[in-house]
Amino acid sequence: MAEPVIRIASLHKEYETEAGPVPVLKEISVTVEPGEFLAIMGPSGSGKSTFMNILGCLDVATGGSYILNGRDVGTLNPDELAHLRNQVIGFVFQGFNLLPRANLEDNVGLPLIYRGVSHAERLTLAHGMLAKVGLGAYHKSRPNQISGGQQQRVAIARALVNQPKLILADEPTGNLDTATSKEIMALFAELNERDGITIVLVTHEPDIAACAHRLVRLADGRIIYDGPMAQAASQHLEATA
Amino acid sequence: MTVAMLAEAWQAMGANRLRTFLTMLGMVIGVGAVILMLAVGQGAQQQVQASIASMGSNLFIVLSGSTTSGGLRMGGGAAPTLTMADAAAIEELPSVAAVAPSAPGTAQLVYGPNNWSTQVYGTTPSYLTVRDWKLAAGFPFTDSDIRSATRVALLGQTVVQNLFGDEDPVGKTLRIKNSPYVVLGVLAAKGQSLDGRDQDDTVIVPVTTAQRKLFGVQFAGTVRFMMVQAESADAMPAVEKAMNELLRQRHRIREGADNDFSVRNLTAVANTAAETAQVMSLMLGAIASVSLLVGGIGIMNIMLVSVTERTREIGIRMAIGARGRDILLQFLLEAIIISVIGCLIGVGGALAVNKFSGMAVVITPWSIVMAFAVAAAVGIFFGWYPARKAAAMKPIDALRYQ
Repeated sequence: MAEPVIRIASLHKEYETEAGPVPVLKEISVTVEPGEFLAIMGPSGSGKSTFMNILGCLDVATGGSYILNGRDVGTLNPDELAHLRNQVIGFVFQGFNLLPRANLEDNVGLPLIYRGVSHAERLTLAHGMLAKVGLGAYHKSRPNQISGGQQQRVAIARALVNQPKLILADEPTGNLDTATSKEIMALFAELNERDGITIVLVTHEPDIAACAHRLVRLADGRIIYDGPMAQAASQHLEATA
Repeated sequence: MTVAMLAEAWQAMGANRLRTFLTMLGMVIGVGAVILMLAVGQGAQQQVQASIASMGSNLFIVLSGSTTSGGLRMGGGAAPTLTMADAAAIEELPSVAAVAPSAPGTAQLVYGPNNWSTQVYGTTPSYLTVRDWKLAAGFPFTDSDIRSATRVALLGQTVVQNLFGDEDPVGKTLRIKNSPYVVLGVLAAKGQSLDGRDQDDTVIVPVTTAQRKLFGVQFAGTVRFMMVQAESADAMPAVEKAMNELLRQRHRIREGADNDFSVRNLTAVANTAAETAQVMSLMLGAIASVSLLVGGIGIMNIMLVSVTERTREIGIRMAIGARGRDILLQFLLEAIIISVIGCLIGVGGALAVNKFSGMAVVITPWSIVMAFAVAAAVGIFFGWYPARKAAAMKPIDALRYQ
């Protein structure tokens, strides 16, 4: 079996406040194998955003170990973390986070700049990715000229352009209507099934989470459930019933 | 990578054109002011240098002493203590390039219906060398003219204008104190001296002619003063010392007694004037630099605003793999581009002002290179802190920034 994409053991995170350290994540241990489609759910304040930021190497844990794609994230300096974000991870955010001034091909090609790819090659790759997400005709448009769903597709194209091992999607459908959300989730499912990309999704909407195959449920900084989605769905229904 | 960064910086600047323009304007004015002020200073310096050059370089003037006649003390040069023999002896000293003994006086000149009063210098051909004075037409007189005290003259431009008008004076005969003199040549124009005298209002005749035929002297062979040129500026102190010793010896002056002559270093005076001009030039530059500094602070201010405004963008870039130094480079490049383009416009503006105003200013390639170096330095210096601030952001904080 291939090495896990993510291997986290006894990870914890505290925030320093004036009243002393406040623990946000406690004793998190989770392993994600290549090709998994994982949803992280939990109520507000459960620590899922913090967890996501640590997964994305945007934030560092206070303790425990995090091995991403075979590298111990805790030992890396900021430049190496940036490199990891660039090469291994593709981010999809709730607010799309496209650069408003740049056109779509430049937005999609942006991660390639930090890999030192030439202008011509950037454009070729960006065009390929835009075509893949169904926006082949919009190279020169700006983010404010297209719909929210289309913007999220552009963000996904940007996440894919460096051929990452892992896509981290933080509430990717939070700003979209139901129909568009379904389209985006279908795109994620396709990427997972056809291209074998590992996807970690944070959401609070059960029907969005239902697209994933595995569920991790957080509450109060701890994992309270980690298992197949099908089982969790029934549990969830029981809980809400 | 850097090319991509440049393109991005350009795009970012284009996003807020008015702001970019106003920021640039600070640099434009700063650079323009520095270049123009330096140019004005350089112009003044060149004028002074031209005046100095017209006087001749590495010059001493040796004046004979003063005399007292019936209780009236006459000025320096009145006592006939310097002789042609002194001049010949000084010429033998090491490091002395040339000696021009002079017997000056004022005389009325007549040519045809015109007459004109002017300074007449009795001197030797060396005078032209010492003063670095060329002839515009004709020939100088020679040592044989000195020996035979011939009645020949070289005319300054002002004299030519007043006596001859448009006529060519070479070969003509004019009258000085009613005696006929043949015009051998015309001196090139020299313009004003440092103290504003018209150097072209003069006539040069052989020193012997002046002594024997024109003005007469109390004692044969005496001169009022002589101009002595040293071979180099470095040799001047040695030459001055040697001349003092030689003349004291020749004039048999006892130890402790005062000199009956005086030696003045003309170049020192001129150098002081040159230094003054240079100091003025530097001061003008320094004042103008203040506006450059203000322009730089303007850049820093705008870059700080820009970093704050684009915090989220910085977060996005960091999330997708930008390292701190990539962000640093991006903002630094923006600051440098603003500053260098501002500098370009400033240089262009200064050149235009220079061209159309007709000021006595000199823009040297050096001052343009300086302006560029300063602009780049200002961009880096004032762009560094904001860029550093951007690069030091934590990705997570930058992304969360609203």
